[in-house]
Amino acid sequence: MLEKIAQIIEEKLGLDGVEITAETRFKEDLNADSLDLFDLVMEFEDEFGTEIPSEDLEGITTVGALLDYIEKKAG
Amino acid sequence: MSNYDLKDKVALVTGASRGIGRQIAIHLAQCGAKVIVNYCGSKEAADEVVDTIKAGGGTAESMQCDVSDFVQTQNMTEKITEKYGKVDILVNNAGVTRDNLMIKMSEDDFDLVVTTNLKGAFNTIRHLYRNFIKLKSGKIINISSVSGVMGNAGQANYSASKAGVIGLTKSLARELASRNICVNAIAPGFVETDMTNRLPQSTQESARNMIPLKKFGKPEDIAEMVAFLASEKADYITGQVICVDGGMSI
Repeated sequence: MLEKIAQIIEEKLGLDGVEITAETRFKEDLNADSLDLFDLVMEFEDEFGTEIPSEDLEGITTVGALLDYIEKKAG
Repeated sequence: MSNYDLKDKVALVTGASRGIGRQIAIHLAQCGAKVIVNYCGSKEAADEVVDTIKAGGGTAESMQCDVSDFVQTQNMTEKITEKYGKVDILVNNAGVTRDNLMIKMSEDDFDLVVTTNLKGAFNTIRHLYRNFIKLKSGKIINISSVSGVMGNAGQANYSASKAGVIGLTKSLARELASRNICVNAIAPGFVETDMTNRLPQSTQESARNMIPLKKFGKPEDIAEMVAFLASEKADYITGQVICVDGGMSI
């Protein structure tokens, strides 16, 4: 799951050779702005078939937090 | 015929059954866009616009929705994106007036005008936001007014709503620029429509005197600017308020 998410993040943000772990922070480590995050979430929604309301985005700052959120939702 | 190529583009024009909106819908269709003719109450007029477009070889469909209603607007945009797959061009044109001196302006008259003209634009954009982000392109064109640029006695509600549309336009242009989505406003001056025909003859006459070009505009003048802004020829223009007003706001 983490691999899949990391792959989407790399593609969407045009990153190359950046190691993405559960601790990776979107803003500080990946330089993603709030619109990037929104963009990523839409991609995850399509990929995992789950709806992620914009309000829930607030608390999600790391890749790990996003992973937990999606797993819970899909759970 | 028009110079702008909008083939394969899907356009939603709100308040398109009459006046400026009607002409915008017809013009975009002439440029090759598939047009959704939104209307609130005038079904017959909207169907006439669709018939006119089809008679000219274009593609159009009428769709009822009160854009001041958040949920209704969501239903409409979902219906459109399901059927057409996307919206490339959004023209927020729907608007009403309830002119009066402020001392005689009721709360309802203020609310109705702001809710339709300003919140209506918010509603359509809000529900098409994801659509535009996914497309990584698109044109949002908000119809403001010279009244929103200069102010106008007796139009505190209308003017406030149209000035609000300008703020909305500029903020959104900044917000969406990184996604290649252009957001602009057009501020028409006096244009020959039902809305201005209703004004007393004396008001129309004094209005004409305020216009450097000494004549009212035609819906076509506004529609032409919309087609330009919607086309790829205007890809480098965003966050602007373009006054199509015969020089009135100089």
